[in-house]
Amino acid sequence: MACNGHDTSKLTDGSLLGEAPRGFRGHIEAIEVNGHSGLPVGELERRLIELGFTEGAHVEILHEGAIGRDPIAVRVNDATVALRRREAMAIRVV
Amino acid sequence: MTVVADTGTRRFALIGTPNSGKTALFNALTGSRQKVANYPGVTVERKSGALKTPSGLTVNLLDLPGTYSLRARSPDEEVTRDVVLGRFDETPDLLVCVADATNLRLALRLVLELKRVGRPLLLVLNMIDIAKRRGVEIDLAKLSAELGVPVITAAAVRRGGVDDLMARLDELAGHEALPAAAPANWQAPTTSELRAGQREADRIIKATVHMPAKPDTLTTRIDAVLLHPVFGLIFLLVLLFVMFQAVFTWAKPLMDLITGGFEGLGVLAAAYLPDGLLLSFIKDGVLSGVGSVIVFLPQILILFLFILLLEDLGYMARAAFLMDRIMGGAGLHGRAFIPLLSSFACAIPGIMATRVIDNPRDRLTTIMVAPLMTCSARIPVYTLIIAAFIPDKEVFGFFGLQGLVMFGLYAAGIISALAVSAVFKYVFWRDTPTPPFMLELPDYKLPQPRSVVIGLYTRAKMFLTRAGTTIFSMMVLIWFLASFPRPPEGATEPAIDFSLASIIGHAIEPLLAPVGFNWQIAVALIPGMAAREVAVAALGTVYAIEGGKEAAEQIGQALANKWSLATALAMLAWYVFAPQCASTLAVIKRETGGWKWMWITFFYMLALAYIAAFATYNIAVALGAG
Repeated sequence: MACNGHDTSKLTDGSLLGEAPRGFRGHIEAIEVNGHSGLPVGELERRLIELGFTEGAHVEILHEGAIGRDPIAVRVNDATVALRRREAMAIRVV
Repeated sequence: MTVVADTGTRRFALIGTPNSGKTALFNALTGSRQKVANYPGVTVERKSGALKTPSGLTVNLLDLPGTYSLRARSPDEEVTRDVVLGRFDETPDLLVCVADATNLRLALRLVLELKRVGRPLLLVLNMIDIAKRRGVEIDLAKLSAELGVPVITAAAVRRGGVDDLMARLDELAGHEALPAAAPANWQAPTTSELRAGQREADRIIKATVHMPAKPDTLTTRIDAVLLHPVFGLIFLLVLLFVMFQAVFTWAKPLMDLITGGFEGLGVLAAAYLPDGLLLSFIKDGVLSGVGSVIVFLPQILILFLFILLLEDLGYMARAAFLMDRIMGGAGLHGRAFIPLLSSFACAIPGIMATRVIDNPRDRLTTIMVAPLMTCSARIPVYTLIIAAFIPDKEVFGFFGLQGLVMFGLYAAGIISALAVSAVFKYVFWRDTPTPPFMLELPDYKLPQPRSVVIGLYTRAKMFLTRAGTTIFSMMVLIWFLASFPRPPEGATEPAIDFSLASIIGHAIEPLLAPVGFNWQIAVALIPGMAAREVAVAALGTVYAIEGGKEAAEQIGQALANKWSLATALAMLAWYVFAPQCASTLAVIKRETGGWKWMWITFFYMLALAYIAAFATYNIAVALGAG
């Protein structure tokens, strides 16, 4: 639920945004591309940065798709970005 | 090199992230004085317009494709990069970077990147009205000082909302000479540079912008329904249904009017011109040829009206979000679904609409399967054959058999399109990884009537220009094939029997015999290349029925007497797949920038058509329908 408090929906340290449930809120700890995506490692990292996924940014999973809860719509500071969970695996959050 | 102040017009370029309201600003600054062309050698739209400043100067304003960075990941973004770096002939004198005042993060990073290029730069905070209403407070003087770039605010969609910007541009255009520094050995930013840039942008925002505690609650509330896994999909389906209905029913009266108009012109030509080659050329070549294409203009406009409205509302990105997984299974991008949907009206606007897909491979797949969707030009052929061969009876008590066959043909088109794209994904591009799906979901905004009108006008102009050039020359060629050589004096058979089309038809008949087609069908298929429904009239001609299109019922009766059921079914199967549309092929060539993909599309569709018709014919014969 999106109305979960800041603390209750937080996962343990070092979880991945790609595995987080809808309603998750937290901050980006690191971008760690580990070959989950079809893009070359550096390229995925650059694209994520261009869409505002940088260390310290506040993130919240607002929506998810019907099939396999994928893709996800993520609030990143003041913008909303849609991406697949596969690519979101590169985003480590706390 | 000396630059004289008043030689040549100033060239300013608008640049910005997607959804920054760049196009709305472009429309507000240039109004209807716009020109859409292509950049040399690439299929990227080049939008430019004349801007008249208050003091009477003319500035050539260029609207560059939206981008987050100059790193250029798609053909569109390459154009943006190359123009900014001055690699095209038209080096801009000033870069006008447009940013959404309610969402500055990514835009400010882009500004910092653009600063490195060293060209004169101006930052426009667009949608300042919305930002103010939401309680976003921006310290403009400090922002400008921190960035080292002049900052000006604008509200593109408000009356008088661009006055300040206009005055500023006027001032800049009047300057003696703007320093047009050439960027020496520019290099794409590295990962760490991007990260540092974003950090710097975040620092500047923290120092100069005060955001309200609550984000746009309206967008959040709407999305709670529209992006809901169940209700969101239901809403999308209802929307698609309405769109589909509109394209077919609203366009009908206008299409009838256009058909009537061209027929009227034909009658007029017949009344004033002597019977002969010139009349045949004007009436059968020019008028019916161009008419058969222009008749789709109402459908294209209605379709684009929906597309533009949904795009401006901000719903298009949401639709892609909802459809991504469903389309993804067949190897298609979430954004492919609007182009494919458009292809139900006509593959031409569908293929044109694939420009929203930034990944070249995804775009190519979509272009190649778009002609498989059942376009409206197939409908006359389907209805003719169904009415003549499929008994009008009910199955399971309430389904009409004829309607069911029609539905089956539509389903066959959709399923084959998905199957073909899956084959491309898993066979030909097995080794290339799936491109990611990542896009911003902008806040909802009310569409501006003026932007929509300008958008429709440009689409209509593009379509009509093409109908007047490429498609027109194809029509003339096909008319030539169907008219030459002329029949000898006193011949009683229809003229087409003596033509090149007939010679070709007879020559390919042995190839088509295995699928149950006779030589009359083979001949009709040639003018049918002009547009699918032309085959109906052509069948009328070869079976020597007077009256042409009006006589569809008679044609149906003639076919019912002369064809077996197996042949009729094979013809339907053929039409699901066959690349019977020269204009679609011409658009594919144009949009993919060469012959290669056009021929690949042509041959794979031809192969599918042949196999499908062959299987249908032989199974039907085996079941006793021969």
